[in-house]
Amino acid sequence: MSYLGDVIGGIKTLMKGMKVTGSYFFPNVINKKYIITRQYPDEPAIVMERFKGEVVMWHNENNEHRCTGCQACEIACPNGSIEIIWNRVLNEETGKKVKQIDKHIYHLGMCTMCNLCIQACPTNAIMWSTNFHNSTYDRSKLTKVLNKPGSKLMAGVEE
Amino acid sequence: MILTNTTNYFGQLVNYLSEQMGIGGQILAYVLVAAIYLSFFAVAGLLLVYVERRVAAFFQLRLGPNRVGPHGLLQTIADALKLLSKEIFGTNRKDNLLYKTAYYLVIIASLVSLSVIPFSRGIQAFDINVGVFFISAVSSVGVLGILFGGWGSNNKYSLIGGMRSGLQMISYELSSGLAIITMVLLAGTLQMSGIIEAQRDTWFIIKGHIPALIALFIFVVAGTAESNRTPFDLPEGEAELGAGYHSEYSGMGFAYFFLAEFINMFIISAVGVTLFFGGWLAPFHLTDSLPWQPLWGAFWFFMKVAVFIFFMMWFRWTFPRLRIDQLLTLEWKYLLPIGLVNIILMAVLVYYNILISF
Repeated sequence: MSYLGDVIGGIKTLMKGMKVTGSYFFPNVINKKYIITRQYPDEPAIVMERFKGEVVMWHNENNEHRCTGCQACEIACPNGSIEIIWNRVLNEETGKKVKQIDKHIYHLGMCTMCNLCIQACPTNAIMWSTNFHNSTYDRSKLTKVLNKPGSKLMAGVEE
Repeated sequence: MILTNTTNYFGQLVNYLSEQMGIGGQILAYVLVAAIYLSFFAVAGLLLVYVERRVAAFFQLRLGPNRVGPHGLLQTIADALKLLSKEIFGTNRKDNLLYKTAYYLVIIASLVSLSVIPFSRGIQAFDINVGVFFISAVSSVGVLGILFGGWGSNNKYSLIGGMRSGLQMISYELSSGLAIITMVLLAGTLQMSGIIEAQRDTWFIIKGHIPALIALFIFVVAGTAESNRTPFDLPEGEAELGAGYHSEYSGMGFAYFFLAEFINMFIISAVGVTLFFGGWLAPFHLTDSLPWQPLWGAFWFFMKVAVFIFFMMWFRWTFPRLRIDQLLTLEWKYLLPIGLVNIILMAVLVYYNILISF
């Protein structure tokens, strides 16, 4: 009788396999626990908070940033992704000349996301953004100016 | 002529045109019928390729083609256009005659079997009195095409693929033939329209109860093997043979093999539906009192075929491929003896009339 047993056992195991794939095909009928894939371009992607997408400079609502132009990040950067163009401006209240950034240039194409610049920053002016839509058709678009035009140093940062 | 049957819409077309225009009209009618069948071949093939990819994707928790056209419906048309525009090249040392005739044989085999299938009442080009037998005979010609392709490519992988295909199809045709004979015992005729008429009150799957179920099982296994689909896709086993018998084909040559494979799946499903599930008959006489009877018949026929095809796709994306010795063991040690016993069982049941009928 092992002949018929083999046949029935074979049909049973085939049915078992079909039940598994059937539960994939009809996830709404059976269960939804198998669906773990997110359909990214149609659904928004979930990005972890610690994800290092690109370096950005924080600005408040008055278009003020916290960068004093100390160039610690420029020195810390191992491959020269950061260039800071700065000049000295006269402060009317104290009568002293102080450093002020003109452009904080960040070459995303050269950046290795090593986090050294952000560790080096004494005033927490620059931070990580989780944006990862960084591909462009033109390499020059990867060179970014981090401070917004017309922005100035936030009061009270430079004590 | 075979086509001049007046209950048949194609026969009516031939009669009308030959009355109007004589022999020229008759030829025109034949060309029209052939054009209808060719366009059905192309459309059904493309649609089945799309459905296969989509169903496969859902079985694997993907989405499949969904970018070209609404829900990706135009994807296969784009693929066909790409294949049409491709250069056809082969190896230098191929056997040119066999290489070139191979895909035509495959296509002709599936087109000729398509002509016998009743799509609805009166929508059947070729209602001969040996319909089922004709289909199983003609579909064997397709094997010849695959063997030609495998031999003519002058490539050892293609040759092994072609030989495996021949081995597999000749083996499994026995089983599917036995399953067909089992159901023909119930109908008492080989004519496709006659088989459907015999099921007007009770479908054969219910009428023949246990032996019909066993025959259905054997038919589905053998049919899957005959259409060279996974779990029986040894002829083009990717792991060991590249693409098997169509390794050396490109462009439309490859597309013909590909389309014919899907049309064969349709034909096997159509034969299964006709033999077991009453063809174009509506379940429980649901639509028998409504107008537009032929269209309702076609609707039920295609619905049943769609379910049958879906099950074949389900098998494909569930079961692992068999080894060649397992394949032959399954056929010669299991399906064939069970099929033979099943015929005797069915004959006894029919003789003593132990059948369920309403």
